Order: sequence, then C-alpha cells, then structure tokens
Amino acid sequence: MSQAALSPARVALVGNPNSGKTALFNALTGGRAKVANYAGVTVERKEGVVTTVTGRTIHVLDLPGTYSLRARSPDEVVTRDAVLGQLAGETPPDVIVCVADATNLRLVLRLILELKKVGRPLVLALNMFDIAQRQGLRIDLEGLSREIGAPIVTTVATRKRGIEELVAQIDATTLAAATLDAQTWREPDAGEIRDAHREAQRLMKAYVRPPERPDTLTGKVDSVLLHPVWGLVILLGLLLVMFQAVFTGATPLMDLIDAAMTGLGGLVAQVLPEGLLRSLIVDGIVAGVGSVLVFLPQILILFFFIIMLEDSGYMARAAFLMDKIMGGAGLHGRAFIPLLSSFACAIPGIMSTRVIDNKRDRLTTILVAPLMTCSARIPVYTLIIGAVIPHRTVGGIFSLQGLVMFGLYAAGILSALGVSFVMRRFFWRGMSEPFMMELPTYKKPDPTNVARNLLMRGQIFMSRAGRIILPLMVLVWFLSTFPYAPAGATEPAIDYSFAGMIGHFIQPALAPIGFNWQMSVALVPGMAAREVAVAALGTVYAVGDAEAATGGLSARLAAQWSLASGLSFLAWYVFAPQCVATLGVVKRETNSWLWPAVMFGYMITLAYLAALIVYQVTVALGGG
Amino acid sequence: MNNLSMDRVTMADATPEVGITVRLSDASVGDRGVIVDVRADLDGKDHGVDVEELQRRLLEFGFVEGARIEVIHEGAIGHDPIAVRLDDMRVALRRRDAGEVIVLLDRP
Repeated sequence: MSQAALSPARVALVGNPNSGKTALFNALTGGRAKVANYAGVTVERKEGVVTTVTGRTIHVLDLPGTYSLRARSPDEVVTRDAVLGQLAGETPPDVIVCVADATNLRLVLRLILELKKVGRPLVLALNMFDIAQRQGLRIDLEGLSREIGAPIVTTVATRKRGIEELVAQIDATTLAAATLDAQTWREPDAGEIRDAHREAQRLMKAYVRPPERPDTLTGKVDSVLLHPVWGLVILLGLLLVMFQAVFTGATPLMDLIDAAMTGLGGLVAQVLPEGLLRSLIVDGIVAGVGSVLVFLPQILILFFFIIMLEDSGYMARAAFLMDKIMGGAGLHGRAFIPLLSSFACAIPGIMSTRVIDNKRDRLTTILVAPLMTCSARIPVYTLIIGAVIPHRTVGGIFSLQGLVMFGLYAAGILSALGVSFVMRRFFWRGMSEPFMMELPTYKKPDPTNVARNLLMRGQIFMSRAGRIILPLMVLVWFLSTFPYAPAGATEPAIDYSFAGMIGHFIQPALAPIGFNWQMSVALVPGMAAREVAVAALGTVYAVGDAEAATGGLSARLAAQWSLASGLSFLAWYVFAPQCVATLGVVKRETNSWLWPAVMFGYMITLAYLAALIVYQVTVALGGG
Repeated sequence: MNNLSMDRVTMADATPEVGITVRLSDASVGDRGVIVDVRADLDGKDHGVDVEELQRRLLEFGFVEGARIEVIHEGAIGHDPIAVRLDDMRVALRRRDAGEVIVLLDRP
C-alpha cells in the first residue's frame, strides 16, 4: 500500500466542450502546464502535475473536448486513443476524470455511459456546481453515483472549490482499483446511440430535478446578439473595437520592444569588434528575435479578445452569424476565428485552425489564411502608399491614402474568399462538413483563467515561431552578407551578395510587372518577413537606417519609382508568399511539404498576375 | 437498419397525432414541438459525410426521438443557419443538414 501510495498516478480529463475542463485543469495544476504536440499529429498535448496531501504526485492530462468517443477530428482521435490507452508514446491513464457542466448534464451522461465501457476507473467532476445551486437545480448525487458506478465530486473550478476533494478522490480511486475491467467499447451505431440517450434520459428523470430558476439571461442576450440585423451590426462593431485595440493599443509596446532591440544591438556592437560575429549577432540574431518579439503585443491583445469571446460563450454566436458568409465561400463557420487571427499574423491563425474538424476544411483555411492582411504588411503598405499615392482628400472626407489602404485590406479578404471558393468548387468537389455547434450559456470570464491562458498562448507562440523564424533569419542574413563587396565597390554591399545576385537574376522576369533591380533585390531578404523589405529597400537605396528615417526613404522612392511600379509593388505584397516562417508553420501543421509548396505556388502566381495587371493598366492610363 | 425502422415505428405509434409534422429544415422561428424521427434517408443533398454518419452526429448532439425542440433564431441570409433549443441546451445547425429531423409541431 505504501509502495502504491508513492508511485505517481496518471489521470486524464475528458468532457464536453464548454464544461469548464480547462478551468478545472488550471485549478488542479496551478496553471503550470507543459504544452507539446502528440507525436506525429498536430494536436496539442497539455500536462500538469498536482501533489496530494500525502505527497503523491499525480500527472494530469487535459484531453481535447468531445461529445463522443467516436472520433471525427484529429483532436477527438487523440481523446479516444488516450482514453482507450492506445495512443503511441502515452502511458494509459490510471483514472479518467469526466468533467461535466452540472447545469447541462444530458449529453455528458451519454459520454459517461461510453466511458464506462472503457473499463478504467472513472470519477465524475460536477463542475460549475455553484451555478446549478443558484438555479435551484437538485441532483441526487448518491443515487446518480450508484447508477453510473463512479464517485462524484462537485467542483467550482473558477473558485477552486472542491479541488482538494477531487484530488483525494482521484488518489483513493487509483489505490482502490486493483484490476481493470474488460475494455468493451466500440463505435456505437445509431440504434446504440438512441439506447444510450434513453438511458441518459432515465437517469436525468430519476436523479436530476429541473432548475427552479433556470437561466433566462442567455435567451434574452441572444435575442439581441443573434438578431439577424442587430447581431451582425454588433459583431462588426466588436471587430472594429478589436482591431482598434490590436493596432493602436499595441503601438507603444511595439515601439518599446523595437527600441529595446535596437539598443541591445547597439550594445552588442560596442562590445564586439567590427566583423562577422558582430554582424551575425546584431543583424542576424538580435534583429531576428526582435522581428518575432515585436509582434507579441499585437498577438497578446488579439488572443486576449479571442479568449474573452470564447470564455464568455460569444465565439459560438460569432461563428453562427458568420456561417452563411463563410459557407458561401466554402469555408466552415469556425474558420472565422483563424482567419481573424491572421490579421495580426498568419502564424497564430494557422495554428488555431485546429478547431476545425474536417481535414479539407482545415486545409482550405490554412491555405487562404496568409491572404488576410497581416500586420507585417503594414510597414510596407505605409511606406509605399506614402511614397506614390498623393496626399489628397476624396469626396470631402476620405483621405486617398486611407482609401488605398482600405482597398488593400479588402483585396486580401475578397481574394481569400475567392480562392477558397475556387478550391472547393474545382479541386475538392463536395460540400464542407455538417455544421453543428452547441451555443453555450453565457458566462462571466474568470480573470485568473484568462490571464493564465493568455500567458500560455504567448509562450506557445514565442517558442514555436521563434524556433522557425530564428534559423531562417540567420539564413537570410547569410544570403545578404556573403560574398563581400570587392574593394572600391561603388554600389551598396548587398548588391554583391547572394541576395543581390538572386535579385539581379530574377529581375528580367519581374520587368513586365515594373520592378527595377532594387525592388527585386529587396524581395530576397523580404522573404524572412514582409516588413524586412522596408529595411532592405533602405539598404539598396543606401538610406542608412531606413526604419528610423522612413521619411528619407519615402522621398527617395517617390523620386525614383513611377506610380505604376509603386502600385504594382503593393499588389505584389497583397498576394506574394513573402514570409518563410508561414511556409514553415504550414509544413509543421500539415506534416507535409506538399501544402507549403501549393501555397507558395498559388500565391506567387496570383501576386505576379495581380502586379502585371495593375502595372500594365496603370501604364496604359499614363501612370508609367 | 432493421433496428432503425423498428425504432421509428414504435416512436410514431407512441406519439399522439395532435399537430402536423415538418422537417426541421422547413421549420420557422417560433416553431416548437417534439422530435418524432431522425432519419438516414438519401435526400440527394451533399452533407460532406454519408447520411448514416449525419444521422449519428445528429443523435450525438441530442437530436433524438422524444426531445423537445424549438427554433429560436435564424441567420440573416436565406434564413440560414438556424439555432434551436433542444431540451435544455442550444444548438446551431444548417438547414441543409436538418432535413432528416422530423418534428411534430405543437400548433395544429
């Protein structure tokens, strides 16, 4: 007994979506989770540790939410295999903890009946029990526990109530269960699902008395938020606020990070002697880390909104309101969230496509995500618009420059819808998956939970993006630095490097779209990240510190570029896959080089065609 | 399959004929009633999955014979998708996928 008490136990948390499973996981583990991927699949694996009062270690595995063990998405496959103890590289759990929303028991009871067939010890955590009590919902815990043959613990995860009892119950259950029952689970057919519902219904009737004061708030709020007209107006308003916060709210922090990284670069430059090592550290590594770090404020603000919308229950409503529009383009309602994230950066957007069950739906979303105008395009757009678009007012109130900026955003959105439509219609015939989604009751997001999730999202972004971007930045630095310029060179040093050679080599192909050799050369380092093109243009035009003196560069471009070339460059940037990090993330998320290759191919084709049309038309209209 | 049709017959027998039955795909906001059948008939529509799979998903979400249902919201474009109150939960789905759910309406 003392032996067993000392050996660590493993529990797996299973439950319906919206059951407060993540909050319970955070309450159990103190929010300290190790996040990784399951081997070979792109499903997130989240594990934490809790220590019992007797000093025993319990490993808690948070499994993706599901309504059934009959898996339909990669996430649900992981849940099923982990529960059945069939997941490669994963020790089977000693105890399964089923997390249930106490106010919404019907569907989870059916899941419990499935879980019973797995043959592993089961503990039911009735979460959100305070809300159930407030509603006057009565549950005969003893009777229900006897019927399902599993101990029940009531919890309020957000207030850390019932957590100690749950840990004690897990501890006791692992020690009591000497042998496992036979595993008899198999995929239920329609008849068996009906039978299970009937059984769940019987349990509900026998042991749960309906609430005396049921939740009426959700219905009232929904009559406004899901109103065909007002619902859409409110959603658009919310998006506007969100963008405002992402773009203006993040600016001071971004400037601060930018200044800090420049300062750090300067510091390194003072300490290290002039030479290759200094160049690698300052221009390659510090600049590389900076280029990732600088997006962190925007991404955190964006994730803050997404977590708030998800935790409050609004996200499902947004997907409901957007489904028809997204569905018309062959996208799933849930693709709305990843595409929204892509306005900050396609990388977190592509990482969040995991919420989409169907593989094709998910691939379509991944492939069009980089067409959304990410914030790395903004410095490029701002520079070029400032240089070639006259500062004029149109129609009395609109600034012409602002209208062009709006047009570029609209072009991104429309082309994303268009591309997914074409993909669906011509390459992947057939409709998308059935769209079925629970609309959870509205809840007040818990501040600690929001903060914890935000922190975790930030860490995941930094480690994943950092691991991909950093080596690529070093590669691009290498290409732009070697070989050195010969002694007495008249042109900027980059002109003699590999990047310069590539730029000169591809320039003839880019002549029909109006790119001169400086623009062509800037495209090569610009592959590292879109905004790097600004610095690269600064280098080729030898404006010195282009980012600090965009005014100087802008004036220079205004003098040297025709309107047609400027517009063509903008059109190029709407479509071109000028971001190796995105391609790297697509490789990671799809586990294949095929999809990044497809993405690169279609985007560069669109970019060339768009730039060609824009250039030739503008020249024909006299803008050459 | 045999199992299914048996179910359907017993369900239909057990439910008193008080109103009219409609497909959920044809119901309007405000319609309420009881689900009397969840079918797996070929309807010529493309659901992305076969009809048996669609039926199982509907069942798993709680669209099951005997459940109370009310259409509470619909989208602005083409009255689609719809949101229904299903016993004590709320579920959203597209009309295209709702045709297999047969509802006996309360109103005559």
